[in-house]
Amino acid sequence: MTIIPEKIGLSRKQIAWRIAQEIPEGSYVNLGIGSPEIVANYIPKGREIFFHSENGILGMGPAPENGHEDGNLINAGKKPVTLLPGGSYFNHTDSFAMIRGGHIDICVLGAYQVAENGDLSNWATLDTSKPPGVGGAMDLAVGVKKIYVMMDHLTKDGQSKLMRSCTYPQTGFGVVKTVFTNLAVIDVTDKGFTVREIARGLSIEQLKAKTDAPLTLANNWTTLNPPELN
Amino acid sequence: MINKEVENLTAAVSVISEGAVILSSGFGDAGAPVDLLEAIINTDARDLTIVSNNAGEKNYGLAALIKSGKVSKIICSYPISTGSVVFQGLYNSGKIKLEVVPQGTLSERIRAAGAGIGAFFTPTSAGTQLGERKEKRVIDGVENVLEYALKGDVALIRAKKADRLGNIIYDKSARNFGPVMAMAATTTIVQVDEIVRVGEIDPEQVITPGIFVDRLLVHNE
Repeated sequence: MTIIPEKIGLSRKQIAWRIAQEIPEGSYVNLGIGSPEIVANYIPKGREIFFHSENGILGMGPAPENGHEDGNLINAGKKPVTLLPGGSYFNHTDSFAMIRGGHIDICVLGAYQVAENGDLSNWATLDTSKPPGVGGAMDLAVGVKKIYVMMDHLTKDGQSKLMRSCTYPQTGFGVVKTVFTNLAVIDVTDKGFTVREIARGLSIEQLKAKTDAPLTLANNWTTLNPPELN
Repeated sequence: MINKEVENLTAAVSVISEGAVILSSGFGDAGAPVDLLEAIINTDARDLTIVSNNAGEKNYGLAALIKSGKVSKIICSYPISTGSVVFQGLYNSGKIKLEVVPQGTLSERIRAAGAGIGAFFTPTSAGTQLGERKEKRVIDGVENVLEYALKGDVALIRAKKADRLGNIIYDKSARNFGPVMAMAATTTIVQVDEIVRVGEIDPEQVITPGIFVDRLLVHNE
């Protein structure tokens, strides 16, 4: 087996940057709690995109400056945010009508596992020592037009998070469109996982060895080439 | 003359009795009726069911009420958050029941109760663990589950401003579940920062019309 130097692969910020490039002008976008939140930092300048927060905000802006936090203006992760011009507030049912009614274009979610048919597991593991909680994950999975997953390719102990089928409880079925990992950009297609972009320095064989599901290489595949981000 | 204002916290929550189902607004701390929840601790009410998005933060508001032992069941979408140690402790020792509901389904079930709708079908949770014991129907080729309306005996809501008639406006994302819960309970109790003269709130900007509100309390510690 080939040993892969540690430097190969994208940082969390670089994955966020890559996803941000994929979001077109005019999109209404929901960013999941945690790492997906930083996707907003890398939207190309001049591209007008509206961020939706499940707790009743459209047009959500970045975190406020120190000292300007408002406890009544928070995101889904309960962190202080701001409202951009043209933004609005609404009640929870209207917020989830936007989600469940198919009005949100793109949602970026974290995941424990993604299956080759697009099944998503991101709300529970097999650990029953903690009470379960689902939040808006199942509503987003079912209702948003395109689900993008942002995650590491492997778990902390080296297990593939891309699977033939999920072993953790599913959130939604056949819903994931594209998976953005630290090693590759992979579309979910009729033929399973199709690799569109691979991290510089990594071969398709090396990527296959790290993935518990078959991979097809897209004809027009390219090398993932994000900028250095601090 | 209609005047929904009550004098104090004790009067506000006096309607809450044993076994009551309480809808409690808020998303985390934003919009949580902290003082109303804490006022229940000093009443005789017990064996309460709380419907709220979360299960209380740190040691105040809902967490304090849960800690008092008066709550036997929580219906929520996400009980785990930083500092939600009170709930987790009681849950792990089997002293409190938990029903986890997807957030949009939770909100829609409450709305249904407020709008006189008995139940509705939705694809959210179909095929998952949370949809396992629910009635199913395929609609336009998609599996849906049947979700029943979720009505409260009491709704506790935090808002910004009211007039004596109960017309309400909220503050930013603290609005969240407030307008939906206000519709869905036998008695709706709203804690506001101030009560203004009738006519002072622009009718175009009323979010919850007074018909949905029964009691108002000014309390802004």
